Amino acid sequence: MSVKAVVAADVTERNRKANAVAFGVMVALIAIAPFVAYPFFIMQALCFALFACAFNLLIGYVNLLSLGHAMFLGLASYVCAHAAKVWGLEPVSAIAIGVLAAGALGFLTGALAIRSSGIYFAMITVAFSQMVYFFCVEAPFTHGEDGIQAVPQGRALGLFDLSNPWILYVFVAIVFLFGFLSIQRIVNSPFGEILKAIRENEPRVVSLGYRSMQYKLAAFTLSAALAGLAGATKAIVAQNASLTDVSFAMSGEVVLMTLVGGMGTFYGPVLGALIVVSMQNYLAQFGEWVTVIQGVVFVACVLAFRRGIVGELAARAKISL
Amino acid sequence: MTIFGHVISWPQLYGQLLIGLINGSFYALLSLGLAVIFGMLTIVNFAHGAFYMMGAFGAYFLLQLAGLNYWWALVLSPLIIGAVGALVERLFLKRLAGFDPLYSLLLTFGLALIFQGLFQNYFGASGMPYAIPKQLSGAYNLGFMFLPVYRGWVIVASMVVCFGTWLVIEKTKLGAYLRAGTENPTMVRAFGINVPRMVTLTYAFGVALAAFAGVLAAPINQVRPGMGADIIAVVFAVVVIGGMGSILGSILTGFVLGVVEGLTKVFYPEASNTVVFVIMAIVLLIRPAGLFGRTA
Repeated sequence: MSVKAVVAADVTERNRKANAVAFGVMVALIAIAPFVAYPFFIMQALCFALFACAFNLLIGYVNLLSLGHAMFLGLASYVCAHAAKVWGLEPVSAIAIGVLAAGALGFLTGALAIRSSGIYFAMITVAFSQMVYFFCVEAPFTHGEDGIQAVPQGRALGLFDLSNPWILYVFVAIVFLFGFLSIQRIVNSPFGEILKAIRENEPRVVSLGYRSMQYKLAAFTLSAALAGLAGATKAIVAQNASLTDVSFAMSGEVVLMTLVGGMGTFYGPVLGALIVVSMQNYLAQFGEWVTVIQGVVFVACVLAFRRGIVGELAARAKISL
Repeated sequence: MTIFGHVISWPQLYGQLLIGLINGSFYALLSLGLAVIFGMLTIVNFAHGAFYMMGAFGAYFLLQLAGLNYWWALVLSPLIIGAVGALVERLFLKRLAGFDPLYSLLLTFGLALIFQGLFQNYFGASGMPYAIPKQLSGAYNLGFMFLPVYRGWVIVASMVVCFGTWLVIEKTKLGAYLRAGTENPTMVRAFGINVPRMVTLTYAFGVALAAFAGVLAAPINQVRPGMGADIIAVVFAVVVIGGMGSILGSILTGFVLGVVEGLTKVFYPEASNTVVFVIMAIVLLIRPAGLFGRTA
């Protein structure tokens, strides 16, 4: 083995260990959290963390900035709430239908949006999400300003009664970990390697014979479906679906979460989501100042802290998390 | 006549056509500002809606605090907000010049949150009325409809400013410097032109256009903190449809889409909020770079 290969193997080994430790810490924290904090708050934070991870799959590994990701979160949330309440489906099937809806929307909008990149792509996603927002305002099944209320939590797979808060917590934790590990699996797969190669140098990937458009579309659809998983689960947790989840502000918040935690890191979006959700929770009494503070954090991160918290820590320790 | 099950009357058609032209005036001014900024700085200014809102508030404050009327506001508010824009460029955007343009986009997004949050904090979500100046009140009788004078004025003022901007950029020496600076800033600098100052002034000018649109809008729509956020997504769609490469394209697309939106309100009201986005999807299918755009 050459020296270079030995060093590379060494780095991979270090990364593997660091990730194993980080994952262990995260699972332990999720297990302890409901005993020290309000479980409903943690469940909501986990949904947003999954949402941010899904968003990060695009910005972090394909360098596509979507500013309309709320459309996937919100649509899946509505569809899941509708399926559970009106069609009377059990929660796992309702969530699956929500995920399918978000994935389908992702495929359609993605097919049009990925023809452009950079700022164009960002503007197109804004426009599409606004369109979905107006659709949700007008469509009868979403009940406009009222939203869908009193969504039944039901029995998951007919066995586990989710109206029991402890069972619900375990359920949400499993959904989150499933989504989180799926994203890790996607990024570390050969498919993920090509995504990262597209991020670094798309023309070169094309010249090697890969159809970069299909890879980007697949990544966009996966990201949309995972964002949908977060939204659908959130509808079961909060027992409602509302316009907030499809709004432009929500699309901005997921960018903030990912930026604060660290774009292109596995654990950054999770930490970022926890920070942003806590910020909203504890600063709620200050009304619109929350928006101002979020804006200031945005500006500060972009100007001075582009790697985010986890990105900065990983860079200092020379590992990738 | 009856189309899509809706009974359509001529006065309603003219009325919506007029509203469409008015909205088109705002779309044109805003997308023109975005195009001018994009040309020189290659960034999308997500704070554009916030600057539009601040332009309207500028007019409101000038009247309330300094007693300066509409005509003063029409000049002063864009100048003041433009100066804020120049400050933003100098303090923030300049530092991000070497980085991925996505960071500048995120920066302007953050600034938009700050501006909007601040105004929402002090003024809530409700609107402040702003009176139509008395020289422009009343209406013309055009025979087939009444045209409120102020609405006619907005359309004319917007057209004059838009085409004036186009003339300056395409036909004057200053415009030639700008276009050259877009193509090759290093070379233009070698000729002794202060490119960084030109960049600052370009950004300030684009922002001033948004503020100008805001002052025009103040007497029509109320002065509200959320007015920028409401319009900006449509303006982005307009920019995508027109394509970023062309100044004239952004003006024309703005007016045309305003009218299309107005007509949709008559013929198929359910779709009036989404029609611009549907057109955007169709244009993206056929011409990904936009109707007037060069390939991105």
